[in-house]
Amino acid sequence: MLHGYGASLLTGAGLSLGVALASLVLAVLLGTLGAVARLSRSRVLRGAARVYTTVVRGVPDLVMMLLVFYGGQALVNALADRFGWAAPDVDPFIAGTLTIGFIFGAYMTEIFRGAFLAVPNGQREAALAYGMTPAQALVRVVGPQMLRHALAPLSNCWLVMLKSTAIVSLIGLSDLMQRAATAAGSTREPFLYYAFAGLLYLAFTSVSELVFLGLRRRLAVGVRQVAR
Amino acid sequence: MQRRHLAAFLLLLAAATAAPFAAAQAPAWKKVRIAVEGAYPPFSEIGPDGKIKGFDIDIANALCADMKAECVLVQQEFDGMIPGLQARKFDAVIASMSITEERKRSVAFSDKYYSTPARLVAKKGVTLAATSAGLKGKRIGVQRSTIHDRFATDTFKDSEIVRYTGQDQVFLDLASGRIDVALEDEVAAEVGFLKQPAGKDFAYFGPEFNDPKYFGTGAGVAMRKADVELQAKFNQAIKDIRANGTYQKIARQYFDFDVYGAAVK
Amino acid sequence: MIDVDAIRTSLPSFASGALLTFELTAAALVIGMAFALPLAVLRGARSRWVVGPVWLFTYVVRGTPLLVQLFLVYYGLGQFESVRESWAWPWLRSAAFCAVATFAVNTCAYTTEILHGAMQAVPAGEVEAARAMGMTRWVVLRRVVLPSALRRFLPAYGNEAMFMLQATSLASTVTLMDLTGAAREMNSRFYLPFEAFVTAALIYLVITLALVGLFHLAERRWLMPWQARP
Repeated sequence: MLHGYGASLLTGAGLSLGVALASLVLAVLLGTLGAVARLSRSRVLRGAARVYTTVVRGVPDLVMMLLVFYGGQALVNALADRFGWAAPDVDPFIAGTLTIGFIFGAYMTEIFRGAFLAVPNGQREAALAYGMTPAQALVRVVGPQMLRHALAPLSNCWLVMLKSTAIVSLIGLSDLMQRAATAAGSTREPFLYYAFAGLLYLAFTSVSELVFLGLRRRLAVGVRQVAR
Repeated sequence: MQRRHLAAFLLLLAAATAAPFAAAQAPAWKKVRIAVEGAYPPFSEIGPDGKIKGFDIDIANALCADMKAECVLVQQEFDGMIPGLQARKFDAVIASMSITEERKRSVAFSDKYYSTPARLVAKKGVTLAATSAGLKGKRIGVQRSTIHDRFATDTFKDSEIVRYTGQDQVFLDLASGRIDVALEDEVAAEVGFLKQPAGKDFAYFGPEFNDPKYFGTGAGVAMRKADVELQAKFNQAIKDIRANGTYQKIARQYFDFDVYGAAVK
Repeated sequence: MIDVDAIRTSLPSFASGALLTFELTAAALVIGMAFALPLAVLRGARSRWVVGPVWLFTYVVRGTPLLVQLFLVYYGLGQFESVRESWAWPWLRSAAFCAVATFAVNTCAYTTEILHGAMQAVPAGEVEAARAMGMTRWVVLRRVVLPSALRRFLPAYGNEAMFMLQATSLASTVTLMDLTGAAREMNSRFYLPFEAFVTAALIYLVITLALVGLFHLAERRWLMPWQARP
C-alpha cells in the first residue's frame, strides 16, 4: 500500500519524536532559567529575558533554524579554531533540537513565570516560617503547585513543539517529513505519503492529549474543583 | 519537581549534548565525510529501504576504497552543499556538482568524474524556441543553486524562473502543469522523468547546453580550497579507478553510453 | 566582516519578499477570521450533529503540522488528473493561492477554537439576563455574546496573528519568493548564511513589532472597560 516505504516512514516518525523530546528537555531548562531571570530583581536579567522572548516570537522558526544550521556551524568552527578544540559537527538533529528548544524555551519562560505567580505567596511564606530554606521551599512546596498551574499551557506548548519538528526536514534531517518527501518524489504520489505523515502526526498529538488529560486528573487530586 | 525527575532531566540533557562531538580530522585523511544528495536519480536516490544509492554513491565508495579511507556519507540538500562544505560539516561533495569558474571562487574541485549536457524539457508537441524571446513569459523550473539555475536566470530574462529545493519537485510541478519548461541535466531528466509514467507526454526540445561558462567542464568532487592534500588524493583516486576498470564497471551499470564525456570543451 | 555589498544587492528582493509576506499574512488572517466567526457560533451549538463536524475540522487541522497541510495541498492535489482537469485547477495551479488557502484554513481552525473559548467565557449571568428580557437566541448572540467574546479574545488573537506571520515563512518551500525565500536565495547565491538570515530575521522582527503595536492600540480602544482603574 505504501510501496514499501512504510518502515522508512515509521523510522522517520521515531526520529521526529526524538527531536521533540530532546527539544523539550532544552526548552524546560531554558524556560526555567528565563522565568528566574524574568522574576529576578535585577533589571539586566529582566531585560535580557524580555529580549529573548521578543526575538523568539518575532522571527519565524524556519529562518532561525536555517541560521542555526548554516551560520551556527560557522560560529562553532570559529570558536573551535580560536581555542584549538575539535569542532563538533552541527548535524541537522542538533541544529533542529537547538533551534526548537531555544524557541520554545521562550514560551516556557512565560508559562513558568505565570505558573509561579499563580501560586499564592502564603505558601512560600508558610514554608519559610517552618524553617525551610528558600531552595527547599521552592522544590518541595512551590514547585509542585507550579506544575499544576503550568500543565495546561505546557501541554499546548508540547503539541506545538511536536508539530514544529516537521520543519527540521527542511534542513535535511531524515525525519518523517523528509522521508515522506523522498517517497513522494520517487513514486510521484505525494498525496498518499503526506496524508500518511499527517495521520501519524495526528496520532502523536492525540496520544499526547490523552496523556496530559490523565496527568491533569492525577495532579488535581485534593484540589477542590468548581462544579461544572 | 521531585529530585529524581530533575536528575533524569539533567542526565538526558548531558547525554544529548555529549553524543555528537566529532574528532578533529587527522591530516592523513583516514576518514572523509562526503556530502551526497539522494534525490537525483540515477546519480543518487533513496530507495524504500531508506538506503542511499546511485552512480555518485558508487563512485564515492570506489574513490574511498582506492584512497584507503573510511567514507561517511552525509545526506545534504543541494543548495546547502557549498555553505555546508565551507562550514566544515563535511570534507567533500560528490553530488553531480559541475566544475564552474563561479564555484571555483568558493571551493576547489577535483578533476571531472563525468560530464553530461543540460537539456530543456517541455510537453510533447509544444513548439517553443529555446531562446530568450521564444520562452518569453513562460515559467521555467530549475533546482536552486545549480548551473541550470544560474544559466536560466541570466539567459531567459523574460521568463519567470521558479526555483525548487529538489529536482524531483521540479518534475512534479512540470507534470502537473505548474511550470511550462524545466532545465536540468540530460541524464537526470531521462531517468528521473522522461522514462517514468509521469513523463510520457514530455520530451526534450532545444539544443544540448554545454557553454563552459555556465555548465562548466563536467562534474567533480568539491572540497575546501585549503585541503590541498585531499584534492591530490581524490585526483589520484579518479585516475586509478579509470585505469583499473572500476569506473567503467560502475558506469556500465547505469549508462549505455560513455558518461565520462570525452568531448570536453 | 559582514558583507554589506551582498546585502545591498539583495535588498530589492528582500523588499518584494517582505511585501509578499505581508500580503500572505493579511489575506490568511482576513479569510480565516471571516470563516471562523460562523464556525465558532456553530461550534457552540446545541446539536451534536452541528458541533461534531466543526470539532473534527479544528481537531484535524490543529493536530497536524502546517507544513504537511501545505505540501498536501500544493503537491498532493496537483497529483490527480481529475483535479488538474477540474474547474479548481486555475486556482490550485498558483502557488500563492495554495499557500493562502492553506494558511487561511489553518488560522481559521485555531481562531475558531479561541473564539469559541471566549464565547464560553461570557458570564452566564449576562446571557441569562438577556434571555430573561425576551431576546431570542440570535439577538442574544449578536448583542451580548459576540461583542463580549470578541473583546475578550483580542489578546489571544494577537498571539495567533503573530504565529501566522511567522508561519508564512513556509511559503518559501513551495517556490514563493517571500521574505524567507529571498534570504534562501541570497544564501544560495552568495554563500553568506549570516547576512542572509539575520537580515530576514531583523525585517520579520520589525514587522512583528508593528503588528504588536497595532494590537496594543486595538486592545486600548476596545478593552478599556476591563482595564484596572488606579
